[in-house]
Amino acid sequence: MNLNATLLGELIAFAVFVLFCMKFVWPPLINAIEARQKKIADGLAASDRAEKDLALAQDKAKDQLKDAKAQAADIIEQAKKREAKMLDEAVHKANAERENILAIGRAELEAERNRLREELRKQVAALAVAGAEKILQRSIDEAAHSDILEKLVQEL
Amino acid sequence: MAAGEELTLSGHIQHHLTNAKMCTVDGSVAFNKACSEAGFWTWHVDTLAWSIGLGLLFLWIFRSAATKATTGVPGKFQCFIEMVVELVATNVKDTYHGKSKLIAPLALTIFVWVFLMNLMDLIPVDFLPAFAGFVGEQALGMDSHDVYMKIVPTTDINLTAALAIGVFILMIGYSIRIKGVLGFIKELTLHPFSSKNVPLQIILIPANLLLETIALVAKPFSLALRLFGNLYAGEMIFILIGAVGLAQLPLHFVWAVFHILVIVLQAFVFMMLTIVYLSMASSDNH
Repeated sequence: MNLNATLLGELIAFAVFVLFCMKFVWPPLINAIEARQKKIADGLAASDRAEKDLALAQDKAKDQLKDAKAQAADIIEQAKKREAKMLDEAVHKANAERENILAIGRAELEAERNRLREELRKQVAALAVAGAEKILQRSIDEAAHSDILEKLVQEL
Repeated sequence: MAAGEELTLSGHIQHHLTNAKMCTVDGSVAFNKACSEAGFWTWHVDTLAWSIGLGLLFLWIFRSAATKATTGVPGKFQCFIEMVVELVATNVKDTYHGKSKLIAPLALTIFVWVFLMNLMDLIPVDFLPAFAGFVGEQALGMDSHDVYMKIVPTTDINLTAALAIGVFILMIGYSIRIKGVLGFIKELTLHPFSSKNVPLQIILIPANLLLETIALVAKPFSLALRLFGNLYAGEMIFILIGAVGLAQLPLHFVWAVFHILVIVLQAFVFMMLTIVYLSMASSDNH
């Protein structure tokens, strides 16, 4: 168990092994491990972020859906109101039209009646004048007594 | 174990505990028993071959994982390698608070290399030495008892000492780099006994230097001897169990199960203490 030259050989071998390990073995292995650790950490962070984003998006979608529903209800309400209004207006307009037409018809009827009455009156007047002429014969000057005749016609 | 007269228990154990040696005698290469006089310039070829082979195996496995490493979904092999790397990286991060590109790869190398070398202890003690003896006998015409093969490099004090000395050099290097030469000398001389009184402090310097030097040198010694002692003892038990005939089967199983713990634990302890020592060397506050 005495020390001998083997010690020197082993010392050199030890140094060479350590140097080789330091240059060619340790760095690639530890770099790969650390790179993977970073990758995994990044991946976990990204998944956390995505989860949060998803929740946010879901909330937003819910809100938007609610808004859309409210809006749709609004629109339907408005449409109903408008429909009722339009119907009302149409009814009013139709009524007015009817009234109008009726009024015109009545007016025309009235005018016709008036005209007929006028005509009748004139004919009656003429008949009266003719009757009177026959009664009075020559004694009555048509021109001098036209005002009386007019009055008569008016009274008819 | 062919030579009949040497087939005693102590001979068997002795054979198992002897490294294959290589040296130069009179300008030519000589092996094993011829090297008993060679002194320092003796090479334990089995320790060198197994440790360097296992070191290369470690580098090959981890390098092939490193070249194929993907930042996407890793395969099973990459997952396994990353588990080991992660374990080392976590321990380094928790213990060493400075910035260093060296500490983590150093810790990984020590952990896996020492683990692989310790793992050789689980191969039944007679398999590879007997195979080596067979090859030596058939191919080289040697007496198989003269072929030595110790397959657990961490049971050789030369290897554990080499690791500890490597760590010790780094400790001193880090101390000087972080604290400067003066800071390092101060640390060795002005603690643990310090005084505001300058003459008294000067008197205390020798005591401080003695204590701090012992504390400093004890670290590599404890590193080397802890690993060596644990594995040497474990190996010894395996050898003894291997010598008791058929009864070795349950015994071997029990000891191997227990020894798995020692194998991993000692590799881990060596790594952790390396990190702790270098962390202490790098920290400014004493």
